[in-house]
Amino acid sequence: MKPASRSFKENAVKALHDDGLQQALGKVRYGFVANRAKARANLPEFETLRDQARAIKEHTLAHLDVYLEEYEKKVVESGGHVHWAPSAADARDIILRLCQDAGAHTVTKGKSMVGEEIGINDHLEAAGIKAVETDLGEYLIQIRHEPPSHIIAPAIHLTKAQVEADFRDRHKDLPQDRILEEPAQLVAEARAVLREQFLAADVGITGANLLIAETGTSVIVTNEGNGDLTQCLPRMHIVIASIEKAVPTLEDACTILRVLARSATGQEFATYNTFSTGPKRPEDPDGPEEYHVVLLDNGRTEMLGGEFHDMLRCIRCGACMNHCPVYGAVGGHAYGWVYPGPMGSVLTPSLIGIDEAGHLPNASTFCGRCESVCPMRIPLPKMMRHWREREFEKGNMPAGFRLGLKLWAFAARRPRLYQTLMGLGMPVMAKLASKKRRFAWLPLAGGWTRHRDLPAPQGKTFQTLWREQNGRQ
Amino acid sequence: MSNSSQRSAVLDAIRLSLGVKEGEKSRETPARKRLERHPHNIVPERARRGAKASISLFNETLEGQGATVNRVKTLAAVPELVAAYLRSNNLPAEFRTGDDNLLAKIPWGKTPSLTRQQGRGQGSDAVTMSRAIAAAAETGTLFLTSGPDNPTTLNFLPDTHIALIRAGDILGSYEDAWNRLRDSYGERSLPRAVNLISGPSRTADIEQVIVMGAHGPRRFFVIIVG
Repeated sequence: MKPASRSFKENAVKALHDDGLQQALGKVRYGFVANRAKARANLPEFETLRDQARAIKEHTLAHLDVYLEEYEKKVVESGGHVHWAPSAADARDIILRLCQDAGAHTVTKGKSMVGEEIGINDHLEAAGIKAVETDLGEYLIQIRHEPPSHIIAPAIHLTKAQVEADFRDRHKDLPQDRILEEPAQLVAEARAVLREQFLAADVGITGANLLIAETGTSVIVTNEGNGDLTQCLPRMHIVIASIEKAVPTLEDACTILRVLARSATGQEFATYNTFSTGPKRPEDPDGPEEYHVVLLDNGRTEMLGGEFHDMLRCIRCGACMNHCPVYGAVGGHAYGWVYPGPMGSVLTPSLIGIDEAGHLPNASTFCGRCESVCPMRIPLPKMMRHWREREFEKGNMPAGFRLGLKLWAFAARRPRLYQTLMGLGMPVMAKLASKKRRFAWLPLAGGWTRHRDLPAPQGKTFQTLWREQNGRQ
Repeated sequence: MSNSSQRSAVLDAIRLSLGVKEGEKSRETPARKRLERHPHNIVPERARRGAKASISLFNETLEGQGATVNRVKTLAAVPELVAAYLRSNNLPAEFRTGDDNLLAKIPWGKTPSLTRQQGRGQGSDAVTMSRAIAAAAETGTLFLTSGPDNPTTLNFLPDTHIALIRAGDILGSYEDAWNRLRDSYGERSLPRAVNLISGPSRTADIEQVIVMGAHGPRRFFVIIVG
């Protein structure tokens, strides 16, 4: 999809005034956040598991070439095929060719963020192949022609009333007077409609949460079972996965899976964790006749070993966005591309460039909650800061902003000057403020005071107060 | 670009970024050893509690995830239990299984009201039954393996899925279960599909309200034998 990250500011303003969206976002706090806290409290070893999960990924990344070759060897031994895609365009071409060779008319899809990243649906549709998303959330956004607004709950921005309207509009052959008020009724309708698609599909495309080098196995983690129907019914199963999904062994997969669901939905374990190795065996009565894996680079190898290396540990759980005050206020679409929230603010500039996505690393209060909940302990705020530095170096910021930063930096690096200026400024500001001790308007601070009052300083600087109280609270 | 040149492009880019060369023994040897020895990482205490405690943890966790769990002493008691479950849920007394030899040993003929069909799952199946090779008590998770004995489609197509497991196959951790599979399938080798199932199909994609039976089974009934 064409990125709209350049309009982050406009997108955010629109999002803040969207009542339906605000209502939907309010539920994130009480759902995912509370459930994760409960799951964490239920497993005393959780913090140790995080450390080990991190170490496993670091070990894998340091030996990535070796593990990918071992993985490939095992896939081939089990009768599958591995395709290497340096770029998104390469991956699209490979997948389209496989579908065409299979004579495919309809393709069902399990939920895949890499699929969104390379825009596979549009590519297939352009070649006359119908691609049907089968994860309920992905199906909802596909019929609305929207990108996902969350990496594990793609339709989290929608209310059930919107879903009802979309279903009435889309499923025209169903009785007009049917009742579609409750989520259960909406789910039942989607189940019936998509069941036909599963049975008719020629090819099933899924992503992978993990690729296991020990056995040449791809793993998908789902709750609906759609990924399984996608991959066990059609003649061909195509797995699209980025190279950093590799892990060495089944034991290593266990450790990562123990932190994944708990961090994501707050479940102890997802309902379905499916381990797939190759196509159907000679004696098997079901399963795909062909099994293909497309390994995608698309910028990952450039991140490896560099400033954004740590981001390659990401297991796409979504905890960072669930806990982010900025995501919580504006939702996922404001970020303008496939990956929203803090992980998107770091990853998106790596994948589509800082010129396109410069606003995203700035869409953070640096409160640090994302890093504190990240199961892989990825230093997200630090990496957003790296992007801000690069942006500054490239001169992408407005001149006024740069001048302001320079003046502030000049003073901040000279403690005496800084204290003197503050010592002079504070009492003046305190005097100038009205009796309400707030400013309704202040020069150079229009961006703030247009929306709310600025609290006036009380007359003393923080450092003065600190000295007076000898650091006591 | 051909697949082989695309392959070298990706692998070369990895090595360039890591500052390494192809075929370095100092990197290949520890990686290969890890694959052969597959060392354990930390296993939570709750997954190391012994057989009896594991069965009750398995039971409790699975029920918490929306499944129904029942335990009988012998295979002979299974047909009546299945018939009663189907009756109480107003389901037809018909189900499908694969060729699993443990399921074949069950004296189905004792309960003539039940009709058992065999084969892979069909889109129209209301009820199916499969046997789990192992389970991990830590999260109430059953391990089901593909093949003619228990075709994978039986796990996902029906409205109601019944899974049978012997009490002795309920282990503590995922690692225990994978070792059980290694005993059956060998080192570095797995059946086409291993499904780890921890409850009925569910979704929370509409307003975060949990609804059972998104695409897979709405009901998941687990029978422990022994």
